[in-house]
Amino acid sequence: MDFNDTKEEAQFRQQAKQWLEENIVQFKQEFPFEVGDNVTDSQAAELAKAWQKRKFEGGWGCLTWPKAFGGREVSIMEATIFAQEEAKVMPLAGMYIITSGMAVPTIMTHGTEEQCKQLLPSIANGERLWCQLFSEPAAGSDLAGIKTRAVKDGDDWIINGQKVWTTLAHVSDWAILVVRTDPTVAKHKGLTYFVIDMKSPGVEVRPIKQASGESEFNEVFLTDVRIPDSQRLDAVGNGWRVAMTTLMNERVAVGGAFSDNVEEILEVARTTPLGQGRAIDDCGVRQSIADWYVKAAGLKNIGLRQLSTLSKGGVPGPEASVSKLVLGIGRQDLAAMSLDILDMAGVLAEDDAMGWGSHDFFRTIGNRLEGGTDEILRNIISERVLGLPAEIRVDKDVPFNQVPSGA
Amino acid sequence: MNFEFSDEQNMLREQARAYLAEHCSTEVVRKVLESDLSFDTKLWQGTVEMGWTSAATPEEYSGLGLSEMELCVIAEELGRSLAPIPFGSSIYLAAQAVLLAGSEAQKQQWLPRLSHGETIGTLALSEGAGSPSYDLLQAQVRNGKLTAKKTPVIDGMIADMAIVVARGDSGKPGLYLADLSAAGVERKLLSSIDESRPQAEIIFTDTAVELLGEGQALIEQLLDRAAILFAFEQLGGAQRALEMAVQYASERFAFGRQIGSFQAIKHKLADMFATLEMCKANCYYAAWALTTSSDDLPLAAATARVSASQAYYQCSKENIQVHGGSGFTWELDAHLYYRRAKVLSLVIGGERRWKERVVSQLETAEAGAPTAA
Repeated sequence: MDFNDTKEEAQFRQQAKQWLEENIVQFKQEFPFEVGDNVTDSQAAELAKAWQKRKFEGGWGCLTWPKAFGGREVSIMEATIFAQEEAKVMPLAGMYIITSGMAVPTIMTHGTEEQCKQLLPSIANGERLWCQLFSEPAAGSDLAGIKTRAVKDGDDWIINGQKVWTTLAHVSDWAILVVRTDPTVAKHKGLTYFVIDMKSPGVEVRPIKQASGESEFNEVFLTDVRIPDSQRLDAVGNGWRVAMTTLMNERVAVGGAFSDNVEEILEVARTTPLGQGRAIDDCGVRQSIADWYVKAAGLKNIGLRQLSTLSKGGVPGPEASVSKLVLGIGRQDLAAMSLDILDMAGVLAEDDAMGWGSHDFFRTIGNRLEGGTDEILRNIISERVLGLPAEIRVDKDVPFNQVPSGA
Repeated sequence: MNFEFSDEQNMLREQARAYLAEHCSTEVVRKVLESDLSFDTKLWQGTVEMGWTSAATPEEYSGLGLSEMELCVIAEELGRSLAPIPFGSSIYLAAQAVLLAGSEAQKQQWLPRLSHGETIGTLALSEGAGSPSYDLLQAQVRNGKLTAKKTPVIDGMIADMAIVVARGDSGKPGLYLADLSAAGVERKLLSSIDESRPQAEIIFTDTAVELLGEGQALIEQLLDRAAILFAFEQLGGAQRALEMAVQYASERFAFGRQIGSFQAIKHKLADMFATLEMCKANCYYAAWALTTSSDDLPLAAATARVSASQAYYQCSKENIQVHGGSGFTWELDAHLYYRRAKVLSLVIGGERRWKERVVSQLETAEAGAPTAA
């Protein structure tokens, strides 16, 4: 057991740091921005793409990719070291989570060589940002219940339906897409996976206003969208298997990085008066902060353990679901705690140093739903890790068009 | 970075698990719980022969000179099997105290005997209800003579020596080494919630003691190090309780289905697993901090300790709940873990004390270098 970098890791970190330090300065001169600036989403997307381009030109753009596609085939450990250092200077790197963390591994695993050659270079060089067209109004946790239809028309497919909760759809160039190609077979068997140009005629993106007041997600309406069969990944009817590749990578990508807000909650407690002193002097407050810290440390250490497994060539297991489960509930409780410490003033939502609590109080609602709800995660843990019986499925082996939908 | 135990350490774990499966079934635990026995002498002797008691003792004091990491591996297995022996008292507390603060002569005198199980030691800290506090510490040493009432003291009836927390002539709290066969020592067995790990009251009246070391920092250091080892025992027990619950949920049928097919049960078990994984990761990190004496050892120790106390309590109580009525019987083993979970979570100060240590360490870290978290 050793938590320090090995000699090689330390060397790689040094190289990464050096490149980042040199390049972030130049980059900020070209694209002046500061963390916390009110940049619009499309400005942020432009910045993220320009940064990706610069990384690509410097040889840091797609570290783990095969050399054939312009990658360096470095280890996941080294890629993580770069990501750790990058996060310190470049807050927008997260915009590439869906593109690099989900679309790319799916294309590499299920795409033909031709498709890889066609799709990957424009991701590597920062030309295209991707989003994920999966969830639908009537298919969230039960993702295989999607209703968006694709009907074959010569060498093309005609797509009709509605997707929802699509992050970055309004600024994305391309998307990964799961649709139903055969409603007469059981639900998992009638799905097919495509990639789609978001500028295709018939694609309409509308923002969703969240309970937090922000609009990070969209509804995407697909009306007679025509796409060529060459944009199909893997066989017709294999869409569920392909989607699983995407989702397993999603849980790794989402579970990997988080902010624990430990310093922020200490700051709230230190600056809030209580009785003769400050909230931080209160035993109850201290106990609650400790409860959160113990969870935050557990999450950080679970992350390190997963990384250590990956670095030895292991695959990310369903254990990653634990992190997401604990993080969502934990951060919601943390946000509520920060408002409780402020007491009556906790109702305010001013845009100041204490503003994160009121923001997170709403945003964390979504953390417990996106990328697998708490309930789905508990099913995954109990079935795939603990080996308990799978849910009873009344829609199994029933043709999809005969499954009761309540509609 | 490498976040796993080495192959040798994993071999030690397998060996320990196999040995304990044979020599420390729950029948052995019950034999101590249900009788006047204070511990299982045969098992204690066995741990000596296996080299576990001497694992982390340096070779110059006739130990095996392995690291604390090996001791963590052993602790996890002892916790898993509910070993009814004074391993924690004698090794994590007494031997560690001598190792940490003893003079060369004291180390020569005590470490070989403690490490070979010839002498059983313990820590006498608590003086009754409430968190141990340096401000309220009553135990007093004057001119080398101790006057104190310590209660409860785990393994206090069978210990040959005790490390006693007391205030010295200087007014500072310190660690004092008491030979419990000396004049002026009275002991009384106390009734307790887990009599497979018996508790005693010890009254010292002008008992001759030796100073081991002085200062709050030293006492905290001893407790931090022991906290990590106890956390591994807690982790092992929690893991076993979860396994029991999962097995029962898979075998028991109700309403025509395995009860483990109901989400009410599945989700409960998933939550137990999640808490346990967090605990395991915190323990592993703390083991590394202990072995390397890393700067964040105090924070890592307190974190592992809180995490482990929470995980064992949750897993042991919910294991009973999953078992339904049978979980409430004396006959079923589920209550053994529930008992032990509480004893281990209180043995060197309870959750509140350790949560306070987490936050005070965070404040210290913030005042100095930025925290790694």
